[in-house]
Amino acid sequence: MIGADIAVVLPEIALAIFAMGALMFGVYTSKDGSAPLLCWVTAAAFVVIAAWIGLTGHGANIAFNGMFIDDGFARFAKVVILLSAAAIVVMGQDHMAKLGILKFEYPILIALSVVGMMMMVSAGDLMALYIGLELQSLALYVVASLHRDDAKSTEAGLKYFVLGALSSGILLYGASLIYGFAGTTGFAGIIEAASTEETMPLGLLIGLVFLISGLAFKVSAAPFHMWTPDVYEGSPTPVTAFFATAPKVAAMGLFARVVHDAFGGSVSDWQQILAVLAVASMFLGSIAAIGQTDIKRLMAYSSIAHMGFALMGLAAGSVLGVQAMLIYMAIYVTMNIGAFAFIMSIERDGVAVSDIRGLSMLSQRDPIKALALLVIFFSLAGVPPLVGFFGKFYVLNAAVDADMAWLAVSGVIASVIGAFYYIRIVYFMYFGNAEDAADAHMGPVQWGFLMASAAVLVIGVVNLFGVEGVALAAAETLVLR
Amino acid sequence: MDNLLSIITFLPLVAAIILALFLRGDDAAAQKNAKWLALIATSATFILSLFVITGFDSANPDFQFVEERPWLLGLSYKMGVDGISVLFVMLTTFLMPLVIASCWEVTTRVKEYMIALLILETLMLGVFCALDLVLFYLFFEAGLIPMFLIIGIWGGKERIYAAFKFFLYTFLGSVLMLVAMVAMYVDAGTTDIPRLLAHQFGTDSFTVAGLHVVGGFQMLLWIAFFASFAVKMPMWPVHTWLPDAHVQAPTAGSVVLAAILLKMGGYGFIRFSLGMFPVASDLAGPFVLWLSAIAIVYTSLVALAQSDMKKLIAYSSVAHMGYVTMGIFAANQQGIDGAIFQMISHGFISGALFLCVGVIYDRMHTREIDAYGGLVNRMPAYATIFLLFTMANVGLPGTSGFIGEFLTLVGVFQVNTWVALVATTGVILSACYALWLFRRVVLGDLIKESLKSITDMTTREKAIFAPLIFFTIFLGIYPAPVLDVIGPSVANLVVGVEFAVSEYEPLTQFSEGGH
Repeated sequence: MIGADIAVVLPEIALAIFAMGALMFGVYTSKDGSAPLLCWVTAAAFVVIAAWIGLTGHGANIAFNGMFIDDGFARFAKVVILLSAAAIVVMGQDHMAKLGILKFEYPILIALSVVGMMMMVSAGDLMALYIGLELQSLALYVVASLHRDDAKSTEAGLKYFVLGALSSGILLYGASLIYGFAGTTGFAGIIEAASTEETMPLGLLIGLVFLISGLAFKVSAAPFHMWTPDVYEGSPTPVTAFFATAPKVAAMGLFARVVHDAFGGSVSDWQQILAVLAVASMFLGSIAAIGQTDIKRLMAYSSIAHMGFALMGLAAGSVLGVQAMLIYMAIYVTMNIGAFAFIMSIERDGVAVSDIRGLSMLSQRDPIKALALLVIFFSLAGVPPLVGFFGKFYVLNAAVDADMAWLAVSGVIASVIGAFYYIRIVYFMYFGNAEDAADAHMGPVQWGFLMASAAVLVIGVVNLFGVEGVALAAAETLVLR
Repeated sequence: MDNLLSIITFLPLVAAIILALFLRGDDAAAQKNAKWLALIATSATFILSLFVITGFDSANPDFQFVEERPWLLGLSYKMGVDGISVLFVMLTTFLMPLVIASCWEVTTRVKEYMIALLILETLMLGVFCALDLVLFYLFFEAGLIPMFLIIGIWGGKERIYAAFKFFLYTFLGSVLMLVAMVAMYVDAGTTDIPRLLAHQFGTDSFTVAGLHVVGGFQMLLWIAFFASFAVKMPMWPVHTWLPDAHVQAPTAGSVVLAAILLKMGGYGFIRFSLGMFPVASDLAGPFVLWLSAIAIVYTSLVALAQSDMKKLIAYSSVAHMGYVTMGIFAANQQGIDGAIFQMISHGFISGALFLCVGVIYDRMHTREIDAYGGLVNRMPAYATIFLLFTMANVGLPGTSGFIGEFLTLVGVFQVNTWVALVATTGVILSACYALWLFRRVVLGDLIKESLKSITDMTTREKAIFAPLIFFTIFLGIYPAPVLDVIGPSVANLVVGVEFAVSEYEPLTQFSEGGH
């Protein structure tokens, strides 16, 4: 019996053991000298495990009495998490080395937080949920302040920690209410307790609201977004890139898991909450980004707006909605990897800068890179024919299908407001003032990711690389179970 | 060939990719190569498109040259043309080589310029060929990206303001259409345009947020599409982006904008607003007719007061588009025939007028009317050509401009005499501003010192105008080739609209009786 359980969680165990092994290796060898090697090996491990999960997993497997669920949905999210984490680790090394903080702990902490994320998307119980979330968050608090001589980086880490602890508290309080009223922490038990009567018991509902608030903090949905711009700005850029990708996927995955697995019988109760979160995030993200001059802060607000769109898909409360959310997140991650590959490389006199004026007249100095960025930013704005548009299209389709046309309308209006600041970046690249220009020395790895991301965003218009079918199957396993 | 339309549509894109990947350097030779490649690609596209018009069966009102492949989310990649769209395809392929030839003297970032124009051609052709709602939207919206860059990089002094205004205005207009498209998809279960044309969208009135919506669901969809096309067209009062964009855009950008991009709005009105929401179009018809009439008179008056040549022609474009919307929402054979004819003819005439401005702008680098005067003394050929197109713009009988205006006025006269009356005054006003412009720029004595050494048109410039002159006069004298092609499809559309409207009437009377 225990053997069967362990077989289900084998990928997570393998990654955890790998992280321990790497830690030992780092400590007993040349310490930071081995960091570049460790980065590559960690990325390779991520890719191998992603391939393992993606290619060999099938069916829905439940381990440890429902604590841990390995189904199509979890596998989809895990593959996206692992691949994006691999991309960020590889691509960020140069930048970390330049800052003098390429420590061997960096890839190990990332690996540990990825274990936490894999746990999150597979959680089938409030306990598993919390353990996964904390494992992920603790590792992230540390990497945020990895640049410990830098005041902004330590500030980012501290802020993230304090506010993260607060949100964990809120989440735990919600979890305890749910436990109290449902009498169990397992999602299977909660869904029964929530749907036995006509309306959900009030205590359960309050617990749900607290739980959603805690999760909204993790996905940085407004009005729980306060930490995002500061943490994005203060953290070393590769860490920011990581924050913007894998943890967001994990948190959205967990979000979907909780609302569908634990409260799937009472869609109307949480639908409104998610819709309000979505609208608030989309508008706040779009409007607040207009005044930003720091590209990392700008990307922070951009990610808030994008999370709003992903939540719109989730708010539909249907298979179509979860499918749309998964596709949206996959596209979002692709765009962000490309954008951050470039952001890491902006520097002036050898010092990294993140002022958007640094992009001025890039199109003249380096037309190919400028073109790739043009594609990425128009895609982020959701302008067709780029793939970012399809992400929005799926989400809108899900919202209208769920009779929430007003949500779709507010979404597109927010996207027009958002388009302004994306095309402002294009404006700097193509018609800016050449005197403000910064250099962009790119390593071949970053260049490769930038170009690959842009190419995916253009070529994906043909069939989205088959993500549609896979996401549909994943969404069905979650919603129709 | 089964996929002729796809080949035509994507040929310019292929040329753009070749340019982007294989052309290196920015010296004179490389610039020359870029221009030649673009010219060859657009000419080849035009020659291929001749197979479409010769193979087109104008007696058949259905879609022809149809090709279809499955795509994402139950959408399909479907292309095809009917009598309404085929001439817009021809107009685009015909004008693009002339546009490329007109920017032969450009020397800043030539390679990128050519790439942007080639991509734009692909997107414009896609708009007219697409037979899937989302595919249409894709091409429709994507055109914003190259146009944004064309205005922003190669434009005049205020180009950045103009580029942003152009982008955000048109983007805002069309995102509402996107939501409507999604709603149509959810309602009809398909995004296939021929099937949507046959689908009846609900017309039962309902109350939303305290507002009584006559025409119900169909009306809401109509409003969303109207928002998009009215901005694109552009109609008064959402036309204000156009003068800014035109003034700041380089000559080639202005020509493409006036001659082709604006036609997307008119095409959209005919294909979607009228074809898919006939009842809502009928209900909102008087509103649109009056907006058009106001647009014609108001923008003509505004044109009179302009001191910038391009701005004047831009306002005259808005006025001429007023005739188009008027003809479309008259919803009868003459009106729609006239609207399509007016759009085709305006493609030649406004394109030529912007090229005329380009000719003297290239020499003097100003568009101020006051900077000119008496050009006829040194530029007789230019004066003749400018006069011809001024007359065509006014709508002189014998030019294609007359046929379009006359047909739309005949169409609207049958529906609403007062609107026709107001709109006809626009003909007089257009004579005022156009002839006055001509007098101030071309006639009189050549007294300005700076103009003393101005040279007449080169052979290249004359060659660009020759085909435009030919079509303007030919279609003015013998419009049948165009009307024969569009006639059957329009007749089919009009029958459909009248049927839908007659089906709706009893229902309204019934509900009124119930009150």
